[in-house]
Amino acid sequence: MARVLMKGNEALGEGAVIAGCRYFFGYPITPQSEVAEYLARRLPQVDGVFLQAESEVAAINMVYGGSAAGARVMTGSSGPGLSLKQEGISFIAEAELPCVIANISRGGPGLGGIQPAQSDYFQSCKGGGHGDYRLIVLAPSSVQEMMDFALLAFDLADRYRTPVLIMSEGMLGQMMEPVQVREPVTERYEKPWATTGCINREPNIVNTLHLLPTELEDRNQHLFSKYARIAAEEKRAEMVMTEDAELVVVAYGLLSRVVKKAITEVRARGVKAGLIRPLTLWPFPDTHIQKCLDTAKLFLTIEISMGQMVEDVKLAVNGRVPVEFYGRIGVIPSPQEIERAIMAVAERGGLA
Amino acid sequence: MPKGYQRPSTLVERPWHFCPGCNHGIVHRLVAEVIDEMGLQKETVGVGSVGCGVFSYEYFNFDGIGPSHGRAPAVATGVKRVLPDRLVFTYQGDGDLAAIGTTEMVHCAVRGELISIIFINNTLYGMTGGQMAPTTMMGQVTTTTPRGRGQAQGHPFRVCEMLATAEGAAYVARTAVYSPAQVVRTKKAIRRAFETQMAGLGFSLVEVLSACPTNWGMNPLEALKFVEEEMTPVFPLGELKVPEGVK
Ligand SMILES: Cc1ncc(C[n+]2csc(CCOP(=O)(O)OP(=O)(O)O)c2C)c(N)n1
Ligand code: SF4
Repeated sequence: MARVLMKGNEALGEGAVIAGCRYFFGYPITPQSEVAEYLARRLPQVDGVFLQAESEVAAINMVYGGSAAGARVMTGSSGPGLSLKQEGISFIAEAELPCVIANISRGGPGLGGIQPAQSDYFQSCKGGGHGDYRLIVLAPSSVQEMMDFALLAFDLADRYRTPVLIMSEGMLGQMMEPVQVREPVTERYEKPWATTGCINREPNIVNTLHLLPTELEDRNQHLFSKYARIAAEEKRAEMVMTEDAELVVVAYGLLSRVVKKAITEVRARGVKAGLIRPLTLWPFPDTHIQKCLDTAKLFLTIEISMGQMVEDVKLAVNGRVPVEFYGRIGVIPSPQEIERAIMAVAERGGLA
Repeated sequence: MPKGYQRPSTLVERPWHFCPGCNHGIVHRLVAEVIDEMGLQKETVGVGSVGCGVFSYEYFNFDGIGPSHGRAPAVATGVKRVLPDRLVFTYQGDGDLAAIGTTEMVHCAVRGELISIIFINNTLYGMTGGQMAPTTMMGQVTTTTPRGRGQAQGHPFRVCEMLATAEGAAYVARTAVYSPAQVVRTKKAIRRAFETQMAGLGFSLVEVLSACPTNWGMNPLEALKFVEEEMTPVFPLGELKVPEGVK
């Protein structure tokens, strides 16, 4: 199919349409609004529904209803909007409703700013809402992946009956790159649990209330056996020059592309550096990190935050080698800046 | 015609968990009867709420969804947009609908969303133990207005009057169930609300003034009398809006 020049947010929207999503419920917020605007144009062309909700709270609950009714549904927002959706996300996770949520993220806390940020990692990966639950969290790094991860997200959501979050820096949503447009997804999952009207079957109930303590524990056990299955099968990471790496850098999203460039420069200066780029932030690719422990003498996590993913890197490394951190807020650092940061760490660790 | 009590097939055979004299049971039954009579049992998706009506899906014999507190109209919107030919309604108390869920309620009406809301106004929060609701009347004692609702707590919220101003709201009625005649009127209102929806005429809502003997500290008869004598002057009964098509 054709290669076309697209904005990240549009590629995400078109990816959803290609994946068979026909319903989008959302509330405007920069830098996410183009996802909504694109789908407001696009969905009616495919007999779909775009509905501008009165708030992010309403939008996520429309997703709850639309998903319960058996459809592929999506919402998108950014920072403060994601905070408002958290109660709904907890309900959706408990009710095991497949859906896709996009966080075209911005910097916080508070109203923060619309510059690039990765500071919603905790909220996305550690349960932003109440109760024990997980989201599958995907981190694209290119406009192509904005489209491809939309397809992947809808597939994972239906396969595991679970909400999937796509987290991208706002800048990735805004920038333009050529995209190989994918073929429409025709595969459909059976949804015998959906509340569609009980013709020729017993009534279905979509519900999250479990007053009996044993029932509640059973539900949690059930969810966690599913999460264990996801963790066993869906960890994804891109490994760049890690085979002999002594200094392993971990970075994700758009930022990882700048890090990749810096790694090549650092290699040219004789430091055996490599990059692990998590594609799934949850399940976190700890096994990929552990594979590097034979050669790695030092890890460096780079994030556009004050240090959030670094905690998962430390858990994966489990004290075997030091884990350092370099972070910025509101900017994607230049390759030169990252190169300097890596060299400084390498020198301190005696690797340069 | 069979005489005497017949359970609508849309109602599951199980004892109510409601307190004696509670009106939730009557309204559940009326909803079930209307759905039976309209032949829509297999084409209905009910959306409950968080309040004493939280187990509605356990009583209704059709597909049901338990939403979070106040968000039923948004959940119903999602269902209806995906399944436009289904009967989709919510069943909500006055805390759920008129406090935490006000935004979702108002915007459903404003959009003319093709759903129906069955709204139980018992002037307080039943499930959580009788706290003030936006519908609590002036001077009324609740656990959070121990000296009666005063100016500092504002005035009772008249949901029907407000929603009737929305162009998208096609059918809006306030009824009660304190007497057999009122029960019949409530049933007719529920039917008109559902007919409004199925004819695609717009948003519909039926507010039912209901007794909560437990939190009012009354016996069931006193509670019914309270609805008739104290509530109806503050919340006048009647159809505020009826579309041409269902008259
Ligand atoms: C977000 C949230 N806040 C508070 C509650 C606690 N809560 C449960 S039911 C309820 C009020 C119910 O009152 P109402 O809607 O009037 O229904 P009733 O019980 O009177 O029928 C409250 C505050 C909750 N479940 N969720
Ligand atoms: S507390 Fe009130 S509303 Fe709740 S079941 Fe008892 S009487 Fe009914």
